[in-house]
Amino acid sequence: MPKLHVTTSVNGEPVEFLCEPYETMLDALRGQLGLTGSKEGCASGDCGACSITLDGRLVCSCLMLAAEAEGHEIRTIEGMARGEKLHPLQQKFLEHAALQCGICTSGMLVASEALLARNSNPTEEEVRF
Amino acid sequence: MNVVNNKWIGQRTIRPDGVDKVTGRAAFAADTTMPGMIWGKVLRSPHPHARIKSINTAKAERLPGVKAVVTSRDVVDFTIEKGAVMLGIQDMRWMCRNVMARDKALFPGHPVAAVAATTEAIAAEACKLIEVDYEVLPWAIEIDDALKPDAPILHEFNKFDGKPSNIMGRIESKKGDIAQGFKDAEIVIERSFTTRPVHQGYIEPHACLISVAADGKTTIWSSSQGQFMVRAMTSMLTGIPQSDIRAIPAEIGGGFGGKTIVYLEPLATLLAKKSGRPVKMVMTREEVMRATGPTSGSKSTVKIGARKDGTIVAAHGSFYLQAGAFPGSPIRGAVGCSFAPYDIPHVLSEGFDVCSNRSKVAAYRAPGAPIGAYAVECVLDELAEALKIDPLALRLKNAAKEGTKAAHGPVFPRIGYIETLQAAQNHPHYAAPLGKLQGRGVASGFWFNAGGESSAQVNITEDGNVVVTTGHPDIGGSRAGIANICAELLGIDYKRISVIIGDTQTVGFSNLTGGSRVLFASSMVVTQAADKVITTLRERAAKIWEIDPEAVKWENGAAHPVSPNAGQFEPLTLADLAEKAPSQGGPIGASVQLNTQGAEGGFGTHICDVEVDVDLGIVRVIRYTAVQDVGRAVHPSYVEGQLQGGVAQGIGWALNEEYIYNKDGKVDNPGFLDYRMPVCSDLPMLDCALVEVPNPKHPQGVKGVGEVPLVPVMAAVANAVHNALGKRFYSLPMSPPKVSEVLDAPAQQAAE
Ligand code: FES
Repeated sequence: MPKLHVTTSVNGEPVEFLCEPYETMLDALRGQLGLTGSKEGCASGDCGACSITLDGRLVCSCLMLAAEAEGHEIRTIEGMARGEKLHPLQQKFLEHAALQCGICTSGMLVASEALLARNSNPTEEEVRF
Repeated sequence: MNVVNNKWIGQRTIRPDGVDKVTGRAAFAADTTMPGMIWGKVLRSPHPHARIKSINTAKAERLPGVKAVVTSRDVVDFTIEKGAVMLGIQDMRWMCRNVMARDKALFPGHPVAAVAATTEAIAAEACKLIEVDYEVLPWAIEIDDALKPDAPILHEFNKFDGKPSNIMGRIESKKGDIAQGFKDAEIVIERSFTTRPVHQGYIEPHACLISVAADGKTTIWSSSQGQFMVRAMTSMLTGIPQSDIRAIPAEIGGGFGGKTIVYLEPLATLLAKKSGRPVKMVMTREEVMRATGPTSGSKSTVKIGARKDGTIVAAHGSFYLQAGAFPGSPIRGAVGCSFAPYDIPHVLSEGFDVCSNRSKVAAYRAPGAPIGAYAVECVLDELAEALKIDPLALRLKNAAKEGTKAAHGPVFPRIGYIETLQAAQNHPHYAAPLGKLQGRGVASGFWFNAGGESSAQVNITEDGNVVVTTGHPDIGGSRAGIANICAELLGIDYKRISVIIGDTQTVGFSNLTGGSRVLFASSMVVTQAADKVITTLRERAAKIWEIDPEAVKWENGAAHPVSPNAGQFEPLTLADLAEKAPSQGGPIGASVQLNTQGAEGGFGTHICDVEVDVDLGIVRVIRYTAVQDVGRAVHPSYVEGQLQGGVAQGIGWALNEEYIYNKDGKVDNPGFLDYRMPVCSDLPMLDCALVEVPNPKHPQGVKGVGEVPLVPVMAAVANAVHNALGKRFYSLPMSPPKVSEVLDAPAQQAAE
């Protein structure tokens, strides 16, 4: 089966890539697109290290097919800072030492931003779940 | 102690690698590529125990896109007969057989061949074309099965008590005479416990990218807890000399001990050598769960004798630990650490190393110590209950202190165990009221901590800033600690200090990131190197001012005359002296290499509150306080992070984590969905209380902190569950089915 041609937007930039029908969005990001900030911890949707947003909705990119990106807007950790200026969440993660090894930090940040976009004043309970 | 003022030590500075990690820029092992790169995959045994009669790789080699295939024939053999060849605590005879099965496959997931091909899909396809002729053998997974008289024997050469056995070794620590000790006792409590193997659960699977040039020069990019370990093991298993292997430490996405050995690097090196192409290998989570080290499961019996006033007079522990397929379970930790917090006149602590058909265990945070502490601290809880003494008071009455001789050998110097007990007693948590079906438990723990070899370079850049290079992968903020210390010593802003981890060919030998040794050892070498740099800086200023170097002091990042008598000169800053360096004697920098000594053991005392949902059998931890003597909290946030991380892992061990085996001897839950580690929604805030009793043998008072916080957790949780329900559990995990079973059981006795 020939590769699929996908036209999409990643972090606000128009992007095209080829992928196998079975390839995940995470594979395409980390492979073809060279965006390795999203990580694969489990490939089963359990760890969240691969979190991205699809049209503003939080998804595990390991569970999404690359071909599904066609015509949609993807955002990843690489799109969070504005040039040299960190997003306030990134700054606060640093100030509060909210990372140890940092492997899942991208996912936590993307998920936090998505949560705040939906709910600007979440309770602790809402943050944990 | 040569740091008096504290501008930077103890500050919560932003870590040097922080921005990279919040922007996704940090390069972990799986994040790099090379031109011409191909992909490696491992073929693994489906059987728990099988003789490998033959392997035919011809079909795989003919598949278009396949560039190389390797089997055990390609891996350097360390024969059993020639005896142990040790690299640190690892015997290369087992390592060579663990990375690639030789005559026998010993667990499902044991590598039997590896393939490199132009795509991952082709490599996986090729693995299926390899024909392995197995003679399937009977197998044993659990300790009891491996110890049966007719148990299948994994290593036929091994004898215990003169008979073929899966017990691969025994060690003991002894003090006094336990027979006498138990005669002196007025109360004796003896209990047996079991724990399950649990995985370190690092979120980053093992990965590497390796290229081998035509002249044999090898570059390894991988994440591990020691680039020098990677270099040495790869060298020994491939025959390439260490001088030709440059092992570059990638950022590491968690290790917890599990990345102190190699799995992929030797195979990828052999594939790269054969194919002439750079080879990348990345494990799946399933491979991580099937074939990389969990820590041991265990069976322990602990017997403690005391006087009625609570004075402990005798203790006997016997700890059977699963090693997995090859010898080397962490019996030393269980035997040595379990009774170490207590001053007991008569102690016998013995450990047995048991092989069975599961993956070879790897280190996990204070290896062995949590297993021993679980048993000992639960028995102490029963003792306190029987004697009607507060459990912290019982521990205080028997606490080890300066001058106590531990059963495992050392006489303790100034230690802070008592301080942790007092801090726990005085903590508001300990007096807080409890509700219905809630309970509180306490437990303590000890870990040896380690020193050992470290190297560091401190170089002044031409523009008057500082680059510090150490040789230890930073697993939880050690760069931040080093930046704080170096800023303090040099009297400059920590942001002017760049701390990097050197590769094996650019910095001197540095032993593993393990044993809670990194900040202890590397700050010792960095301190000495910085002191040398300061001496040079003072000499340079003295030369410029034409006065005696003794008349120059280094303060606030600049050279000053010690007193007006020494002369009237404007201070010379680091930048001034760096600028003048070429004309005043050349580059300014120093490197120091040491086998560091004086890492003293660490102690912690934990308080845990639980609430039990008696309908569902779910135990929830609702409040937790970890008190620990941390020596000196150079960067308190990362110290707290270590404590919180240890506690979170311990709660998983206590309540949920275990491998489920199916009837074919294979792990049935090799993923995060069914092998459930605690996540945010499973945990409360984890509070820390840092006690700082400085290590007298370290320039900044540093003690290791990373491993102690896992040691007391399982017992603290178990004791809390007992306090809530009035029932005791003697086996982990206290998972919902087990809790329900105990709750439903007719009153009296607790479940096994
Ligand atoms: S990689 Fe773990 S959720 Fe996607």
